[in-house]
Amino acid sequence: MSRRPAPRAAERALLDGLLLRHEVERFYVREAELLDSRRFEDWLGLLADDVRYWMPLAYNRAHGDWEGEHSREGKDLNWFDEGKFELEQRVKQIMTGVHWAEEPASRTCHMFSNLEVEDASNNDGLIAARSRFLVYRNRTETETDLFVGKRHDRLRRAGDGFEIAARAIYLDQNVLLAKNLTIFF
Amino acid sequence: MADRGGRRYAGELVDVEHGRISREIFTSQAVYEDELERVFARSWLFVGHESQIPAPGDFVLGRMAEESVILNRDRGGRLHVFLNNCRHRGMRVCRYDHGNAAKFPCPYHGWVYSDEGALVAVPKLESGYHNELDRAQWGLIEARTASYHGYVFACWDPATPDFERYLGDLRFYFDDFCELPDGSHGDWQAFGGVLKWRMPCNWKFAAENFAGDYYHNPSHASVDAVILSPAGVKGRHTYDAVTRARELYKLNICVTPEGHTARGELFKDDYDYQPTYQEMAVVEDYFRQCHAMRRERLGEKARWFGHGGTVFPNVSYSNGVQSLGTWHPVGPHETETWRIFLAPKDAPAEVKQVLRHYVIRYQGPAGLTEQDDMENWGYAHEGARGTIARRYDLHYGMGLGHERKGWPAAWLGGQVYASEDVSEQNQRAFYARWAALMDTPPAERPARPAVRAAE
Repeated sequence: MSRRPAPRAAERALLDGLLLRHEVERFYVREAELLDSRRFEDWLGLLADDVRYWMPLAYNRAHGDWEGEHSREGKDLNWFDEGKFELEQRVKQIMTGVHWAEEPASRTCHMFSNLEVEDASNNDGLIAARSRFLVYRNRTETETDLFVGKRHDRLRRAGDGFEIAARAIYLDQNVLLAKNLTIFF
Repeated sequence: MADRGGRRYAGELVDVEHGRISREIFTSQAVYEDELERVFARSWLFVGHESQIPAPGDFVLGRMAEESVILNRDRGGRLHVFLNNCRHRGMRVCRYDHGNAAKFPCPYHGWVYSDEGALVAVPKLESGYHNELDRAQWGLIEARTASYHGYVFACWDPATPDFERYLGDLRFYFDDFCELPDGSHGDWQAFGGVLKWRMPCNWKFAAENFAGDYYHNPSHASVDAVILSPAGVKGRHTYDAVTRARELYKLNICVTPEGHTARGELFKDDYDYQPTYQEMAVVEDYFRQCHAMRRERLGEKARWFGHGGTVFPNVSYSNGVQSLGTWHPVGPHETETWRIFLAPKDAPAEVKQVLRHYVIRYQGPAGLTEQDDMENWGYAHEGARGTIARRYDLHYGMGLGHERKGWPAAWLGGQVYASEDVSEQNQRAFYARWAALMDTPPAERPARPAVRAAE
């Protein structure tokens, strides 16, 4: 039996990065599965108790004024700007069975791509995970929406996986083309 | 259709005397085209709030019916509402949602307008136009503008009465909306941003719902089963804590003939402040003080506790969350809603946070309450499209003949009718006004001057 040589530092770092990316990717696959199979209470379990869940408005601004492209968290109007308690209320509302905007329920397909993961060493102990999302929603007979944008997460190690400490959802629409935002991103 | 001297609407498609309205008014393309000309082009329409454009040069885009407008404050401090449309080829001259600009240059051929709407520069004025273009005749098209306590309305029609007369006896109720929680007329500050989204229904479904439809409360059963109110108790209204266990009249108020509406509660006695935000001392203190000041300032009239209503035709105001939703028509089958929210400018930061947090979870497409409203409007609209369905009028007869004038308090207004709890009097008043405008053909436009050909 030949012994494999110990990986050099650069290879070690690459492998660590690949492993972390793989873990995060599996976490997101599981999260999408929970949302798409409407296990919303289980999905809430992936969120840290102090989670920040934010989806800003996107403004039309002059080229270069990218600072001002989105409404500000904690200050302006936003599509979402809330924490776990508020998200729990949304789930409870759906579970009443008389939340008519989700009754009958949406069929959703959450997809993500372009995943980039930065380990926690640079980020106050939080892993930074950036991705693109594409969420397809179809409801009743022909209601159809496509939500596309960027998702910037901060993840915290918890148990044998992660919990979402903060999620910024940049939906690439100015006038929202869907009649509501009853689904989670 | 019977010949009624050209009248097609009042008594026909809109038969409020019998409480019946044809579904056609929601879905017909011909009706829609008439209402753009006969309702929207004649009415005062809400375009924005002054706090969105505090500094000279500030602008924010608005909409009037289908068309984009610019609401700006020129460098001299004066408000303007311009059609966002170049006089040369009609390209939009401003395509940023908000900002500060001394000039509006058209991207197409480079005509440039000032912040006062004047055409200040035209490329090739000499070599192309041979200095024969009278720039003074080709400024931006400007609407009449009225700022009512900072809420800016605009109107295209010079024949429409000025805004205060247009408001008529809604004034008491709209003033109540414009007043700060302490009953004074101070400054409101709009939060940054405008919620803008599309709904698959005719604009009138939203306008009439907000006009006063306490009957639809059952559709909000799901939000009332969870905690939305910042008071931290189940339900969607902060004021539930105030109104519970008190003697009051729950009222629908309609103003004739203007077609404006209000809804709210009139307490039978003066009432003490009801602790609402027990876990937020600063917020609790603020509203407690405001309550005392409002009662001192308004006396008996402080017993009115407004919930909201619709200023004819298409802006609905909501007290408490201090929001204005404007229902912009996008064809008969679609509506683009724009919502702004405001807070008292000088309120403590904690109060503003509570209000901001509350409103974006209450109204708008992510709002726990408005989501269910839109579901109803969308499918009611679909239900007005069918060939067979359209043969059957909708029922608007609730409470017909039971409207009361000068009741329950004479000071509630002049040409004002009130009904208690649930009634469709407000919808009837809204559609009566709509029908009267629709039956009035547009005045003839002055003939355009003939094109002068080169000699």
